[in-house]
Amino acid sequence: MSQYIALSYWDVVLAAVFLAINGGLSLWLDLRLEKQLLIASVRMVVQLLLIGIILKWVFAATSPTITAAMAAIMAVFAAREIWARQERRLTGVWGYGVGGGAMVFAGVLVTVLALTTQVQPDPWWSPRYALPLFGMILGNTMTGISLGLDTLNATVHRERVAIEAQLCLGATKWQSMAPFARRALRSGFMPIINAMAATGVVSLPGMMTGQILSGVDPEEAVKYQLLVMFLIGGATGLGVLLAVGGGVWRLSDERHRLRLDRLQQTR
Amino acid sequence: MFRPFLLACAMLTVSNLTRPGLQPVSFAVEAGKALAIVGPSGAGKSLLLRAIADLDPNDGDVSIDGIERRSVPAPRWRQMAGLLPAETGWWADTVGAHFTSGKPDEASLGQLGLPGDALDWQVARLSTGERQRLGLLRMLMVQPSVLLLDEPTASLDEQSSAQVEQLLGDRLAAGNTIVFASHDERQVARLAYAVMSIRDGVAEPPEAVP
Repeated sequence: MSQYIALSYWDVVLAAVFLAINGGLSLWLDLRLEKQLLIASVRMVVQLLLIGIILKWVFAATSPTITAAMAAIMAVFAAREIWARQERRLTGVWGYGVGGGAMVFAGVLVTVLALTTQVQPDPWWSPRYALPLFGMILGNTMTGISLGLDTLNATVHRERVAIEAQLCLGATKWQSMAPFARRALRSGFMPIINAMAATGVVSLPGMMTGQILSGVDPEEAVKYQLLVMFLIGGATGLGVLLAVGGGVWRLSDERHRLRLDRLQQTR
Repeated sequence: MFRPFLLACAMLTVSNLTRPGLQPVSFAVEAGKALAIVGPSGAGKSLLLRAIADLDPNDGDVSIDGIERRSVPAPRWRQMAGLLPAETGWWADTVGAHFTSGKPDEASLGQLGLPGDALDWQVARLSTGERQRLGLLRMLMVQPSVLLLDEPTASLDEQSSAQVEQLLGDRLAAGNTIVFASHDERQVARLAYAVMSIRDGVAEPPEAVP
């Protein structure tokens, strides 16, 4: 960490100059993006400053309760995001439950395993390690699950006649929905597969870049990044599988019927 | 043409069958007989057929030859009581891939006016009438003992309708039981021994066809 260069707030403001130029261009060319740009950047500034203050406080407190509460708040926001990104949702509590439950289970399992066996900070739940790790895993699992569930619900709704035709011929609910569940799994897995394939060639991952900027040896930073990518890939895969399986289970019943009545109508 | 049926002679018994949109209904159909269901569009004909096949949540007792529906796993039940919906569903590219319980021979295809290479056709290029006839053939290959047909000749021309009716007549002679929805009074007179009319989800007791 010897080569770490601290930034002043003045440096940060200077970096925003280019964004301000974009806003000016938008006004000049009548692109009408300036308002959205302004709102998004103000939101970013407020959110990041707040999280900086909160994290500083949580790190200083080193309390397992506060760390767990922080993780729970992150999970609630991510579950709500999964819900919001689906065009057709399961009705009732299942709309949150299936995606959110799968995400929390996969995220917690992988994070705890990584903290206790690989990273091994002292104590193992140390918020400085646990929260950023949990956040990265949660964010990617969230993206995968929301894509997977969105695809599943939309496809099953569209292919109702084809699914029921198979049921009428004596297929089980799993057999009749397998092609559509497979499609949902594929779209849930796609972002993490793309990210793994492109990383290091097309893009330098943010976490690794951050470590290098703060003076960590690139080889060490790569090791960390590999660890994180494997964890993210594992958690995303597990989460998407659980969520799509849960979705199929909820969209059918014990008499192997297709239950589209458990799917919300779109507006 | 079709192999002998395992449950060749099937008596269908329905008692107090109900579901949203359908008042409780009871009736029985003898083996080798066809019951017609008539009524205006939206009266509940399709709902009744779907309820017998257990495709939607419903209440009531249904049995085939004394075998209670609730005692049989649902996929097996739907092979005993084969439903042909008004709109046939397709999930693969070629016709042949949809025959999961064996392929029909040329004679079976020919009886419905379909050529021997129909199984190689692309589903996307099928006409509505071809879909309906291939859907019927596909369902018969599962060898159900009770046939539940939702307007089986709705999109067929006169010649194809006659071929389908001929085939259904063969199935009745072989001991199958048929329940079919129809808008065609003459078809009802030709095929059915009893007719049940449904209006606004309320079914009248079946009456004998003169």
